[in-house]
Parts: sequence; C-alpha cells; structure tokens
Amino acid sequence: MGGDVSLAEQTASERRRPWSHILVFLAPAALIYTVFSIYPLLDTIRYALYTQDEHGVAHFAGLANFVDLFSLPVWADQFRNALVNNLIFFVIHVIVQNIIGIALAAMLSLPKLFGRNLYRTLIFLPTMLSVVIIGFVWQLILSPLWGVSEGFLKAIGLPQLFAPWLGQESTALVTISLISVWQFVGIPMMLIYAALLNIPEDLVDAATVDGANHLHVFFYVKLPLILPTIGLVAILTFVGNFNAFDLIYAVKGTLAGPNFASDILGTFFYRTFFGYQLQLGNPTMGAAVATMMFLIILIGVMIYLFGVQRRMQRYAL
Amino acid sequence: MTRPIARPRLGRIAVHGALLFYTLVAIGPILLILVNAFKSRRAIFNEPLALPTAKTFSLIGFDKVLAKSDFGLYFLNSLTVTIGSVALVLAAGAMAAWALTEYRFRGNAFLGLYMAIGVMVPIRLGSVSILQLMVDLNLVNTLTALILVYTAQGLPLAIILLAEFIQQIPRDLRDAARCDGIGEYHIFWSVILPLLRPAVATVAVFTIVPIWNDLWFPLILAPGNGKQTITLGVQQFIGQYVIDWNAVIASLSLAIAPILVLYILFSRQLVRGLTAGAVK
Repeated sequence: MGGDVSLAEQTASERRRPWSHILVFLAPAALIYTVFSIYPLLDTIRYALYTQDEHGVAHFAGLANFVDLFSLPVWADQFRNALVNNLIFFVIHVIVQNIIGIALAAMLSLPKLFGRNLYRTLIFLPTMLSVVIIGFVWQLILSPLWGVSEGFLKAIGLPQLFAPWLGQESTALVTISLISVWQFVGIPMMLIYAALLNIPEDLVDAATVDGANHLHVFFYVKLPLILPTIGLVAILTFVGNFNAFDLIYAVKGTLAGPNFASDILGTFFYRTFFGYQLQLGNPTMGAAVATMMFLIILIGVMIYLFGVQRRMQRYAL
Repeated sequence: MTRPIARPRLGRIAVHGALLFYTLVAIGPILLILVNAFKSRRAIFNEPLALPTAKTFSLIGFDKVLAKSDFGLYFLNSLTVTIGSVALVLAAGAMAAWALTEYRFRGNAFLGLYMAIGVMVPIRLGSVSILQLMVDLNLVNTLTALILVYTAQGLPLAIILLAEFIQQIPRDLRDAARCDGIGEYHIFWSVILPLLRPAVATVAVFTIVPIWNDLWFPLILAPGNGKQTITLGVQQFIGQYVIDWNAVIASLSLAIAPILVLYILFSRQLVRGLTAGAVK
C-alpha cells in the first residue's frame, strides 16, 4: 500500500501522475467485479446466440435458441409454465408480504411500545437463515409422516384443514410461496418501520387536531408517505423472486414437482443448463433462459425506476 | 403535544396480543426443530411439541450427523469462503468507495453507476459463463472460485453503503491532513479507515449472510471433493438420509446454530443498516 514510501517521494510521483492513486484505489474492486460479474453476464447473453453440436462445439446460430424456447413445445411449454408460476410466486409475495409487513410495522412504530426491540429481533430471525434450511424445516413440519401440523390443527379444532400441501399439484406452489413470505416478511417490516418513524410528528399532530382518529391518520397520512418504501420492497422482491431457486430445489428437487407445479424460472434454468435424469444439460439453451430472466428483471427494474419511483417521489413530496 | 394522552388500554393489549402471536409464528418452527434435535426418535414422533425431559433427552441425531458426514469440514469451508470474501469485499470496497466519493475525475459518475448494476442484476444469471470461466482457470471444486464470485457479488452493495458513510466524514479532517502534506494513501489508511469501523460491521453482516446461506454457487462451482459449504453439505446429507429423522433434525440445528449466534451478536448493526438504508 506504499506505507513506507517517504512522503516527499509519494507526492512527487503524484504530481507526475495525478491519476495513479485513483487507479490504485479503484483497480481491485473494478477488476474482480468486471471479471466475475459483468463479463459473465454479457458473455452469457453472447453465448445464448450459439448452439452446440453433438461434439460439444459451439456454432453461431443467431436467435435460434430463442425461437426454440418460444415455439418448440419441448421448451416453450416448460418455459411458459415456469414463467406463469413465477408470476404467481411474485404476486403472492407482494400482496401477503406487504400486508403483514405494514401491519407489523404499524404496530411496532406505536410510541412507547413495550418490548419493541425484542419483537422486531425475533420476527426478523427467519430472514437470516438459509432458504435451504427453512425449506427443510417446513418440509418436516408439513410432512404427514411427522404429523406436527396435523396434530396442531387437531388441537385447535380444525383437523379438516390438514392436507399434504407440498405434495398436491394444486397447492404446492402457493405453499412454497407462503413459506418464502414467512421467511422474508422481516424485510418489508423493517423498511416500512423505518419509513414510519421518519414521518414528521407535526403531520400526525396536525391531522389529530383536525379530528382524525388513529385509523384515519394511518390510512390518509402515513400510508401515502410510505408508498415509496412499498415500491422499493416490491422491486427488491421482484428481483429476488425472478432468480429464486434454492427453496424449490431444497423442497422439491430439480423436477419442481409434482408434475412441475412448483417450477419457476430459476429451477427451469438449472434443469436446462445441467440436465436432469436422462435429459442432458444444454449450456447454450441455459444461457438463453438466463438471458430471458435477465430481460425480465431488467424490464421490472426499468418500470420501477422510470414509472413507479418517479411518480411516487412526486407524490411523497 | 396535542396527542390524546388517555390511550385506550384495551388497544395496547390487542397490539401485544397480535405481535406476540406473530412472533410465535415466526420463531415457532425454528424452535420446534431445535427442541426436537435433543430428543429420542420416539419422543420426536410422540410428543413433538414437548421440551426434552430426562427420559426423552438424546443426542443420537448429532452423533449420527457427525459420524456420517464431514460436518466439521463443511463448516470450515463455509468459514473460509465467508471470511475470505468479506475481507476482500471490505478492503476493495472501502478503497473504491473512497475513490468514488473523494476524487472528482472524468468517468466518476459512470463508474459509480457501473458498480451499482450488480445491486439490481443478480450475478447468478451469468452462471453459464462463470462456470466456463472457472473451468478455464482450473478453479472448479475450489473454495477460491466461490470467494471470487462472492466478492464480485458483495462489492456493489458494500461500495454504496461505505460511500454513504464516507460522505458523512467531515471534509476538514482530510483537508487538514492534506495541508500537512500527507499523501493520499496515508490519508486513506490512517485517517479514513479507522473512521469506517462502525460501517464495517454493518457491511460485513450484509455480506456474510447471503454468502453463508447460498446454495446456488456451491452447487454449481464446488459440489464435491470435500469442498462443500455447510448449506450444500446439509442439503446433500438430508437428501441421503431423508428417513433418519434424528439425523435430519440434528443437521438442520447444526446449520441454524452459527447464524443464530451471529444474529444475536450483530442484530443491532443489522437493524441500523436496514433502517438507515431506507431513510435515503
């Protein structure tokens, strides 16, 4: 780091090359980031334009992979299924996560609430744990073999509610989405909580003087002011959901069963890239799927940056 | 202070009831696993909700996990990867954040934006090429591959958080140092770095958690040869011993424990980081 270079020498060298220290400071981060993050992303998009022949040699093929992905039933059906499932996964997250998050944050931000930090810390705990571990934990809890949830429902008088939720085609995706919501609800809770604390007291007081009750204050004063935060939560969730993989892989394996009912883009990408059972992996098609995921995420981020965020900031001001 | 002072007590009780209920929903499943890790197989099935008693207490699950898998090794792998990545992220990130906030040079804004892409675009999407790159560099099934990828993944957010923090350091400090003729490297090393210490804890927590918990890159870049991280190791172990409930529950508990300890130690920094980031 040049700690022992004498000061005179250092300043002299800087006078000659005023850029040198800037370069030295920036080089390590820029280099690692470019080589292992940006270059692979761009190279994946390039690679999506190639196909491999039976000898594993890649040939330029233009948009052939994308045409196959959209029109060949082998690919298109799975792709559409994964995309639709991913959208459902996201919609469940946004709705349930925000409602619970807002409710918890509103309660936690009440003045002089006893035990606030303890509640906050404990509710945030699942967010810290590995998605894989959470997946296995819930798989055990919901398993008819163990019978914990069945026994629990019986104890509270609702035994008819029990079903192998993770095993049924009709309920697997919703169940997995709710497990994920359960794990990550701490993030919207924290962010909305911080936003609520930032609302100036005067605004609330003014509304109270005008005769608004607690509910009015919340819905007409506070809620509009935390909309930007809800937008931020939504885009973070969107990006997270559209490259999610770990939870479904842990709970359902590569095949995202039953009958691909819980397949989302992340698991579809993994299967395409690495293959499964007798199906061989296809790296160029995998790159094409990754490129589609990249485009979807890009569109989401753009909508957020240019549509949602701008409008909301104007609103908030 | 025109707020109504006589707050309805009943409302407060309802709020505590709701919060208590949700707290149980949040930690109940985790407690359930931790509690059952210390029970015999029969007790796990007969009284899953009961605490272990002298009669039902058993460590057989842990014995099996430690005997049948290389848990210690996986733990060490995770530790190596996490510490290596965090150290690189902090060192390279602090330097870059300093350069981007302190010096006005051409391309500064562009470079800032360029580094920020990684916050929004998940590095996972480049996996096809990352794997190819690691094959070419002969780094498949090494911890180095994971460290490099995680460093690239962690840098963008770290730079943003550190830059925000550096901006709050009073200008006078560096200007005074410059007047004394102290070089730029020296200013960074002896004036700025020590002041960054509080931010380092926050950045470290945000970097450590996703790395420690990740399954994707260990699965793709280092799935075998005793290079598994703990998350992948648990996943593989459970895949193999699905029916051995003692072992499965014990392995989950072993995976939960380190993060639990970390969380108890650093929850303040984490909360501060989360809530400060939202303020903007």
